[in-house]
Amino acid sequence: MREIEYREAIREAVTEEMDRDREVFLIGEDIGVYQGAFKVYKGLLDKYGPGRVINTPISETAIIGAAIGAALTGYRPIAEIMFIDFAALAMDQIANQAAKIHFMSGGSIDVPLVIRTQGGVGKGLSAQHSQSLESWFYHIPGLKVAMPSTAYDAKGLLKTAVRDNGPVIFIEHKMIYPVKGPVPEKEYTIPFGKADIKRRGRDITILAYANMVLKSLEAAEEMEREGVDCEIIDPRTLVPLDIDAIIDSVKKTGRLLIVSEACRRGSVASDISARVTEKAFEYLKAPVKIVAGLNTPIAYNLALEQASIPQKADILEAVKSIIKK
Amino acid sequence: MTGKDFMSALSEKAKINMLKGLIEIRKFEEKSIELYKTGKIRGYLHPCIGQEAIPVGACRAIGRKDYIISNHRGHGHCIARGADIRKIMAELFGKSDGYCGGRGGSMHIADMDLGILGENGIVGGGIPISVGAGLSCKMDDKGNVVLCFFGDGAANNGVFHESLNMSAILKLPVIYICENNMYAISMCSTDSVACEDIGKRSCAYDIPGHIIDGSDPLKVYESVGIAVKHAREGKGPSLIEAKTYRFYGHHPNDPGQYRGKEEVGYYTSQKDPVTNFKRRLLEEKIITAEEIDKIEKRADEKIKDAVIFASESREPDLKKFLRENKQD
Ligand SMILES: Cc1ncc(C[n+]2csc(CCOP(=O)(O)OP(=O)(O)O)c2C)c(N)n1
Repeated sequence: MREIEYREAIREAVTEEMDRDREVFLIGEDIGVYQGAFKVYKGLLDKYGPGRVINTPISETAIIGAAIGAALTGYRPIAEIMFIDFAALAMDQIANQAAKIHFMSGGSIDVPLVIRTQGGVGKGLSAQHSQSLESWFYHIPGLKVAMPSTAYDAKGLLKTAVRDNGPVIFIEHKMIYPVKGPVPEKEYTIPFGKADIKRRGRDITILAYANMVLKSLEAAEEMEREGVDCEIIDPRTLVPLDIDAIIDSVKKTGRLLIVSEACRRGSVASDISARVTEKAFEYLKAPVKIVAGLNTPIAYNLALEQASIPQKADILEAVKSIIKK
Repeated sequence: MTGKDFMSALSEKAKINMLKGLIEIRKFEEKSIELYKTGKIRGYLHPCIGQEAIPVGACRAIGRKDYIISNHRGHGHCIARGADIRKIMAELFGKSDGYCGGRGGSMHIADMDLGILGENGIVGGGIPISVGAGLSCKMDDKGNVVLCFFGDGAANNGVFHESLNMSAILKLPVIYICENNMYAISMCSTDSVACEDIGKRSCAYDIPGHIIDGSDPLKVYESVGIAVKHAREGKGPSLIEAKTYRFYGHHPNDPGQYRGKEEVGYYTSQKDPVTNFKRRLLEEKIITAEEIDKIEKRADEKIKDAVIFASESREPDLKKFLRENKQD
């Protein structure tokens, strides 16, 4: 199968959906001539024109508000927030408006809106450009949250997001944009709420998403040489979460390690740990373990930056400590 | 006091000092771009080359006890305010002797001793903070003021409206200085701003508005001086739009293809604040070519020294960091 970059896969999803449905349009900062801060929208202004690729001022609240308003009145916008950190500026529109309208209207109003954004550590961008804020959105009822780790998943999930009738927060990872992966030429979509087993194994379940999937895969290779067979499960969407698939895997391995780049406090990882412990306690041979980001803002200095998020060595150490039990 | 009075009060020595400031900032930024390209500096770096006259003119118009609030393109503000370039450089290197101990990088320099309340990685992030700093100045009642620097892009964020309105109703001593360098990354301010001049928005808050040529440090000094006086007299905020141009891309990796060659050529050849001010002081016989040469050499040495200082500075203490953030 051909291999393309994560960013190209996202672009393909956007293009296919825009070609399929005239109601889909793009709105955000520096998405026109600049083609997006990570060049995801290369060529799209030329192809679709400024009527469907709407470049905006630095007005995050109005970007999301504009997308909500258009979604209420017949369109299917894909709004972009350049860095997930800047979603803080648009939080009323996301949390109090987009997330609530469907419910508050007694289910009579749909908000078919996708908010594409990206987060994560890795480029020396320090505290205000490196956060992993998925738990904010995970926490708010009324939002769906997708976090693809591969080009294949990104494409299939984004197409589903565009067709979904509710608001979807689509969180990409800045370090995965140049990573290539197999993506079929033929059209496909990936349903929400369906985890993917990225690696089959018997001894321990590693639950990871976004960039931590890639790090966990590396760690699993190394563990294999030591005779430990890791299963890596990627939920792909955090809301809805495929808890059944996670539990099935835990039933098989009896051990669960959750790896998350986000700070541990109040994290998605902590919540999943609680849910698994409630539902599958009797299958666990060892306590669930979490390897997560430190509860600190991200530093600029490379060593401090990298020490703030899980590394392969941290994953290896955690796997070994669970296996011993 | 009118603008003219301010200008006549400005000594030749003060003008030479301004030129020193312009040259130092220019050279610092050129060096940092070079170091970025060789990988010594990582992350985002936003040089202010082309815009030096604004921080230099503005910071000369305030006193020791006043405050400044900066943004992501903030090295110039900090240097003009007297920040130690060795500590800025060490911060760009991510080292322990940097202003933030290596934790902040280029976008987060702050120095409370100099009243530099911080640069910011969030566009417009400093604008609401200026309201609080202004409030402190008002409550202290010592006549101190706040200079708040931001770009044309930031002026389109909602925080601009909330903050200027609140400062205006509370009559806070804040001088809002919009550096309109015509672009917010790739978006031209003629496309992003509904009215012709951001400075005209002052009408909406019923405060003084100044629209000035930001390539001339004396013009900047003059308008900021007038606005500072207004603020010190308890009459409230002002909005100054300084028209300027950033000579390079948004950051060193941005080739800036969204701008026409002719446009870039015009500003870099006609509106270079450093070249123009040099020429002016030479024409007015305030300085000689040899003296300028000396200033440049001195600036080169200072920057060289800063790079050595930064290179020799230790990495931040990783063990201590991990201890402080230990998770159990
Ligand atoms: C709230 C927010 N939105 C977007 C960005 C990304 N961004 C960084 S600098 C910049 C352009 C800022 O333009 P302007 O305020 O005019 O300052 P300039 O870069 O021109 O000096 C943008 C969009 C950001 N850092 N913060």
